[in-house]
Amino acid sequence: MPKPVLLFGYGNLSRGDDALGPLLLEYVESHCSLDAIEILSDFQLQIEHALDLENRRLVLFVDASVACAEAFDFTVLEPARDKSYTTHAMSPAAVLDVYQSIKKQLPPPCFLLSIKAGKFELGEGLSANAEHNLEQACSFAGRLLSNPDLDFWLKQANTVLSA
Amino acid sequence: MYEHLETAENRDSLKRVVVDPVSRVEGHGKVTLLLDENNKVQQARLHIVEFRGFERFIQGRPYWELPVLVQRLCGICPVSHHLAAAKAIDQLVGIDPDNLPVSADKLRRLLHFGQVLQSHALHFFHLSSPDLLFGFESDISKRSIVAVLAEYPDIGVQGVKLRKYGQEVIRMVSGKRIHGTGAIAGGMNKSLTKAERDYLLEDIDQMITWAEGSVALIKKVHCSNLPYYDDFATIRSNYLGLTKPDGALELYHGGIRAKNEHGETLMDHIDYCKYNDYIHEEVRSWTYMKFPYLLSLGQAQGWYRVGPLARVNNCDYIDTPLAEAARVEFKAHSGEAMVHSTLAFHWTRLIEVLHCAESIKVLLNDPDIMGSDLVAQGEKRYEGIGVIEAPRGTLFHHYQVDENDIVTKANLIVSTTSNNMAMNESVRQVAAEYLSGRELTEPLLNNLEVAIRAYDPCLSCATHAVGKMPLQLELVDAGGKLIDKLVKHSDGQIERNNA
Repeated sequence: MPKPVLLFGYGNLSRGDDALGPLLLEYVESHCSLDAIEILSDFQLQIEHALDLENRRLVLFVDASVACAEAFDFTVLEPARDKSYTTHAMSPAAVLDVYQSIKKQLPPPCFLLSIKAGKFELGEGLSANAEHNLEQACSFAGRLLSNPDLDFWLKQANTVLSA
Repeated sequence: MYEHLETAENRDSLKRVVVDPVSRVEGHGKVTLLLDENNKVQQARLHIVEFRGFERFIQGRPYWELPVLVQRLCGICPVSHHLAAAKAIDQLVGIDPDNLPVSADKLRRLLHFGQVLQSHALHFFHLSSPDLLFGFESDISKRSIVAVLAEYPDIGVQGVKLRKYGQEVIRMVSGKRIHGTGAIAGGMNKSLTKAERDYLLEDIDQMITWAEGSVALIKKVHCSNLPYYDDFATIRSNYLGLTKPDGALELYHGGIRAKNEHGETLMDHIDYCKYNDYIHEEVRSWTYMKFPYLLSLGQAQGWYRVGPLARVNNCDYIDTPLAEAARVEFKAHSGEAMVHSTLAFHWTRLIEVLHCAESIKVLLNDPDIMGSDLVAQGEKRYEGIGVIEAPRGTLFHHYQVDENDIVTKANLIVSTTSNNMAMNESVRQVAAEYLSGRELTEPLLNNLEVAIRAYDPCLSCATHAVGKMPLQLELVDAGGKLIDKLVKHSDGQIERNNA
């Protein structure tokens, strides 16, 4: 039986701020109890990741984003057949939609933690801004994962901390 | 051949059409067409914005980091780079392939079969099956795995689960689905536990059944319109790949074999450490990607194809029974010694999926994969070369180190580079035979992408930050005026701007 909470960070560690998602996982691995949390990482979301959502109580996707207005953003995810499936990097909402197609049921409650990113050069480390944003996002993720309760997470959703 | 369409004479007077980037491939490339006033194609090129900086990136790093570092090249076939680098650094610690511990050799092979299976499944079911099931010029909304899941749910779900299974094999052997650290210099850092072995055994018979079904599906699709499938994007070429000493299909380690278009052997059982004596690379000004060729035949005649079509064409047999039966049937469908149909890449890719599934079962039932003798050590060397059959074809990793074990030189020939000339030829064939003289539309231009996609090219390291595939198609008249523009944004939204 899979662990009830799935933490899924994606991005390329060798591409500057694109590493934000996987780096947050490293923080969680070293600072949080993993008794009830499974950690997965990949370069990008793909269709088979829908199967990783099976039998979860809560799912948290973590990604770098150039669209964040602040240091990070925390949102509720709904299944959506957006157009990302025409690329080889799906959006988390499209992954949820695939879950519905395969399983013929609603996916578990899923959330997205987006961390503001700016530079994606090969071989570069995190930019200074991204390091600052990661620090805040890690702290926030730590609070979420120490209280894996749907109502608590819903209350946190769409709240944005200033950088 | 269609080389006359590589460079037009009166380029300034021609209309220019750009498909940028090519979608549903790994990475970034674009196609340009130059048309005359009657929409006749005068020039067709596939340009690669191929990432070539990695060789510099890894210079100055200690050699033992290589198997992990090179995985960052690609999110789709990191295991292939991992293993090619591992084979190279085996030599740096004085270990040749024949001296690798038996358990380590079998674990690496298991890892590689999982990798090829998941990569092929991704390509066929996710990227190519929409074209094959709905038609090359179908509505763009149908050209996706999501549409396949909606209209062919059994096929779609099988594709998803086959890929997932391959990744589970990778995860069990190397610790992670991607960026695992299984292979190290001289061996492996862990073997399988009995629980891990039993977990993988649970589903393997189902995977073999589904893989058989996928071969039957592609055979049905291909043969349902045989003249078209045997002609579309088809070119006659040489073929190159590894084989076992007895000529059997080989994915992990073997000698280099090359055959010409008639099936005559050009070279056989060549030690890949001497690849520089047989293969050179040519540079052309209009693309970042090089053009490898067989030195013995020269630049004009020596280009070759790699990948599943090359491997199945080149080998004498496959050493797993179901895949061998599928190979025999595949070869029989053509009246020639070699099958040249570019769309037959799909058929052979699925034969290899079946071979991988069968081979995984054999290895899972072999107690050596749970062995404890995993690492060997020999005398230090200063140069190492690792070659492997990656999903897309023969992959070369070549390193030199100094006395402090720091990498001083690296050369990689990735599979897609070997198929560069062939992809350009297929693009020209489609442009000349299927597009020339017609009014170009987005569905029609998808034919070009179908031709490229058959090769399953991996055009750059895949990262979601740069992999969002915006597509822009511009029609410019002979006077240079923009007359039509179609844009697919990075979120997939389509927008048309008539000038």
